[in-house]
Amino acid sequence: MRAPFRLVAGRRAPPRLSTVSNHTHESVTPLVELAGITKAFPGVLANDNIDLTLRAGAVHCLLGENGAGKSTLIGILSGLTQPDEGTIRIDGAVTTISSPRRALDRGIGTVHQHSTLIPALTVLENLMLGDTRRLRLDDAGARERLRELAAQLGIEVDPDAKAVDLALGHQQQVEIVKALWRGSRVLILDEPTSMLTPQGVAELAKVLKRLTAQGQAVIFITHKLHEALTLGDEVSILRQGRIVGRIDNEAMRTKPAEELRAEIVRTMFGDEPAEVAEVAELQEEIVEAKAPRRARPDADVVLEVRGLSAPGDGTERGIEEVSLELREGEILGVAGVDGNGQRALAEAIAGQRRATHGDVLLFGGSVVRLPVTARQKLGLRYVTDDRLGEGIVGGLPVGLNLFLKRVGDRPFWRHGRMQRGLIDARAAELVREYDVRTPSLSTRVAALSGGNIQKVLLARELSFEPKVVVFHKPTYGLDVKTTATVRDLIRDLAAGGGAALVISTDLDELLEIGDRVAVLSRGRVAGLVPNEPGAAERVGELMVGDTAVEAA
Amino acid sequence: MILASQVWTQIFWTSVIAGGLLAGLPLMFTALGETISERAGVLNIGLEGMMLCGAYCGFLGAYYGGNQWIGYLAGIAAGALASLVMVVLCVWLGLDQIVVGIAITLAGEGITSVLYQTRFSGSQPRLGNVATAPIPLLDRIPLIGKAVNGQTPLFSQPLVVYLGLAFAIGLTWVFRRTNVGLNLRAAGEKPEALDAAGVSVVATRSYAVLATGALAGLGGAYLAIAGTGGFQPFLTQGQGYMAIVIAMLARGRPLAVVAFSLMFGIALSLSTLLQIAGINLSTEIVNMLPFAAIIVALIVFARRAYLPPALALPYVRGAR
Amino acid sequence: MSESAVTAAPARRSVSLRVQKVADVVIRSIVPVVLALVAGGIVLLALGRHPLGFYGNIWTGGVQGSAWQDSAIRMAPFLLIAAGLTLIFRANIWNLGYNGQFLLSAAVVSGYGPRLVEHVPLWLAFVLLFLAAGAVGALWTLVPAVLKAWYGTNEIITTLMMSFIGIDIASLLIKGPFHDPTTPLPQTAVVPLEKMLPPIPGTRIHVGLLVAVAAILVVHFVLTRTSWGLRLQIMGANPRAARHFGIDLKRLIVVSFLGSGCLVGLAACADIMGLWGYIRTGWDPAYGDTIIPFVFLARLNALAVIPFIAFFAVLSTGGDLAAQQANLPTDFIYVLVGLILLFMTVIEYLGRQRSLGTSYLPPGLRQALRGPRGFFRKKAAA
Repeated sequence: MRAPFRLVAGRRAPPRLSTVSNHTHESVTPLVELAGITKAFPGVLANDNIDLTLRAGAVHCLLGENGAGKSTLIGILSGLTQPDEGTIRIDGAVTTISSPRRALDRGIGTVHQHSTLIPALTVLENLMLGDTRRLRLDDAGARERLRELAAQLGIEVDPDAKAVDLALGHQQQVEIVKALWRGSRVLILDEPTSMLTPQGVAELAKVLKRLTAQGQAVIFITHKLHEALTLGDEVSILRQGRIVGRIDNEAMRTKPAEELRAEIVRTMFGDEPAEVAEVAELQEEIVEAKAPRRARPDADVVLEVRGLSAPGDGTERGIEEVSLELREGEILGVAGVDGNGQRALAEAIAGQRRATHGDVLLFGGSVVRLPVTARQKLGLRYVTDDRLGEGIVGGLPVGLNLFLKRVGDRPFWRHGRMQRGLIDARAAELVREYDVRTPSLSTRVAALSGGNIQKVLLARELSFEPKVVVFHKPTYGLDVKTTATVRDLIRDLAAGGGAALVISTDLDELLEIGDRVAVLSRGRVAGLVPNEPGAAERVGELMVGDTAVEAA
Repeated sequence: MILASQVWTQIFWTSVIAGGLLAGLPLMFTALGETISERAGVLNIGLEGMMLCGAYCGFLGAYYGGNQWIGYLAGIAAGALASLVMVVLCVWLGLDQIVVGIAITLAGEGITSVLYQTRFSGSQPRLGNVATAPIPLLDRIPLIGKAVNGQTPLFSQPLVVYLGLAFAIGLTWVFRRTNVGLNLRAAGEKPEALDAAGVSVVATRSYAVLATGALAGLGGAYLAIAGTGGFQPFLTQGQGYMAIVIAMLARGRPLAVVAFSLMFGIALSLSTLLQIAGINLSTEIVNMLPFAAIIVALIVFARRAYLPPALALPYVRGAR
Repeated sequence: MSESAVTAAPARRSVSLRVQKVADVVIRSIVPVVLALVAGGIVLLALGRHPLGFYGNIWTGGVQGSAWQDSAIRMAPFLLIAAGLTLIFRANIWNLGYNGQFLLSAAVVSGYGPRLVEHVPLWLAFVLLFLAAGAVGALWTLVPAVLKAWYGTNEIITTLMMSFIGIDIASLLIKGPFHDPTTPLPQTAVVPLEKMLPPIPGTRIHVGLLVAVAAILVVHFVLTRTSWGLRLQIMGANPRAARHFGIDLKRLIVVSFLGSGCLVGLAACADIMGLWGYIRTGWDPAYGDTIIPFVFLARLNALAVIPFIAFFAVLSTGGDLAAQQANLPTDFIYVLVGLILLFMTVIEYLGRQRSLGTSYLPPGLRQALRGPRGFFRKKAAA
């Protein structure tokens, strides 16, 4: 029998949380109640009249696609923002959570998506941070408390390790300890599994179980359906700022998973099968039914990486002896948990990072000594994942940003002089073609939404005769429609004679569009898996090999 | 003959260290202040102006108050006041730290020069010698302890020197073993983490900058009172910037600040020392030496100069 | 937002938008100056001087009669320095060593000038002297430039240190090889009046001003219209992106540094060969210190800086007279200029609060302060 649903690595999901624990520890009075919460930002209504109830001893999941308003709601709970309207009740009493400190005082601990640990400090120092009651640091007391909490959660923590040296899974565990440090009763988790290996997810599930067994209320937000069903006891579905559906504890326990999934999908996307088809990660049947694309094995090798080694940069690992081959018309996926050398690989191929060993060959010719611009001229493109930090210059206009990799090139610059008219004309064309929503060509590009910025990046990289394109997390954080557009663009590139190297942490995505998937683990290629039935399990096994991600 | 050369040597080396201490102390106080600021993530370019304010008010305090301690207190207050501008504009309002720093330096240089000249340009008053406090047993050590040729002996320094050294040691303890120190480091490394832990980043940085101003003011006051015995417009001659370099080289460690300050103090007092040693160099070359030494030090060491990641970035909760 | 929004906005909206932008520029530029003058007036009152009389004397000494020509003469070195600073600040590089660069170039020009004008056709002498001054100014930025480009060494410190060293070396040169043997005073030989830069016909203003205006226009053109200028702005705004785009940062840093130093050197030549004719030790006009605020006020726009420099030239020229009359040291100007900077930052803040437009500084300005790692790789700051 096919697994009813799967985790990232295709493992069979752990059995439903024992009904016993939920029964005995679930309390009747809600711990936290949100009523009528509304929050608007300029141009968008992030939360629209939201009601939510958290009970002690239960894991509540807030499910919704990117941009649905989950982060805003969590921000309100953790004190980072204030709601425009609505009330918050804790233990039945109306309260305000005006700052992160107030949230902690009220017993709400938050584990954010991006680490709030200070890399240069030790675990113990990170945990002791924020205690202003006395002058001297209470080293001994903190160690004791850490021992206590670690035992409670069933984890092991080294108090004197520097935060930067910890594996991502361990870091998250420390963050959970930190959230519980002051005796919180409510734990908020923001996209907790985005950085974890499948094993890490299983460990997290264990920790959550222990927490709820002890009477904690847990709420976590995610956009992954299978996670909601696995880890959550109750699910609230958020769409465009509103709660559009709920699945209560009863239903979660009794109804079969298939039915729940279908119900959630319907709630999130309506009855249209076409819309459902757009939702990449829910396409299990569709994906497995589709005949996997395969590049012709006799096509030319357009990009070859041979024994390539490149250094890391302190927080992320480098690569060692990586060898890959990309053929014309092929889409090669590179999977792996973040921090295993993906950025080093991308930058080494693009020319942004110098390789210490090995070679990069483009159309058979070695380019490893060539700078970025030379490789671009040969047809290599790189769509970075760091859109705001690296991909655009925020203060410059949208139109100009489309040409920033071609500064000085003809015909847009002649003898060093900018040809404004030509630039504006072509920019207008590109904006139309890639459906970039912008008030004008001269708007500062930083004013655009994340999805539109990504479109600008893609327009820039894909519009001037690209031949080999490296994509790094091309759909991260984008809404469903834009995600589909991006994936179509990648497919069109390959179909049109180009080739794509897609580096992504989203395995579902790689299995949907890729012909083969390489797995990057600890800076090396752990294996190469053709995209056929069973690929997910294989990849999962290869990924699992990286239990401890050590910094370079 | 032999005796004479021995005496010569002893005078020279004690003078080196004593002179280094004297000249290096203003640097030390100011650099310690800058260390506090930089740890907390604020780059203070306005040190030169704060030192000058401290120097002028310190001079005023000592002159009218008749007592070096009043002078020091006045200097501390003046420096803190000058740094208040930075607190309001940079920490509270998030404006650019470099621009405001330059403004403080310019205004400080201008105001102290104008105020001094309008009041004292005719008289050019000097302050008396600063009382020294001998360390009870150590000052009996022959040769090193005793005063020779009118030069301040090594173990008998103005009291504020001892206080300064004690303060540096105390600061090391604060950084490593107190909550205040931890908060400071967090504010400089990753202010979001501090905010998430419920501590006000703005308050932490405000206190840090005020402390920097106070210390820079103290450094300037010491320069005027114990160093030159009076005030001149533009007295500090770039020592505020030297202090910034020292802070960067010391990478946030107060004891390293003391060491570097001593080194640069020796470089600064070189002209007097060379005279004692009988070597004659033109004033320009001697003036140049400390700065040339810094350039060399930067070439050799600065590759490893450590700056906290959040340095000079204003913190706004929830901002991108 | 429909796709048609991409095409030009309706005409009516654009007109009121432009008026708003102009008003915005005026407010952000003029108001700080006005506020600083008011605050300066208060300081004057506190010192027992008449503010109105003071400011009136500035007008008398700076503009009235033929005094405007003296102001215009001062503009020559000011504009050249402003050009050099605008260039380098746009690249997000803090060249604070302009004083040393200036004095060193001035010493060289004063040292070789008197002899050169006697032995070589005058026009050639001027060309050579300008070239030499530019070269010396550029040379003095080389060490900070290389240190920053290769090791990310903080340029604020290196340029300042080089500046102090440069001032001392200039002093040595004036007392030594460039010393005028006919006088015991520590200064160079004086260039005879007829051998100095000729005046613009009909005025007393020397042609150095024309060189300065030309330089400003060139800098503006390069920054706004050329590919090199665009690369410079990209590097200034976002060095990580610049690396991503394949821009050669090392070369860009060094060349922009050299260009900036060269312009400062040219300023020295214009000042010496146009106005003073000689140099003595101890002279340090420190023009750059007081020009920086106006470079910022002009939002690092080379064209916009011209009226500000004109204003400051009047302030400086008239201010000398006014300070004399009021029995104040001329350093009072520093106070005014410092106040202008302070008020400017406050107005910026208020402007930002009401989103009156983009800030005056390139967004990536702070990144240059971090060490080698920080310059090329921004830690996740937010």
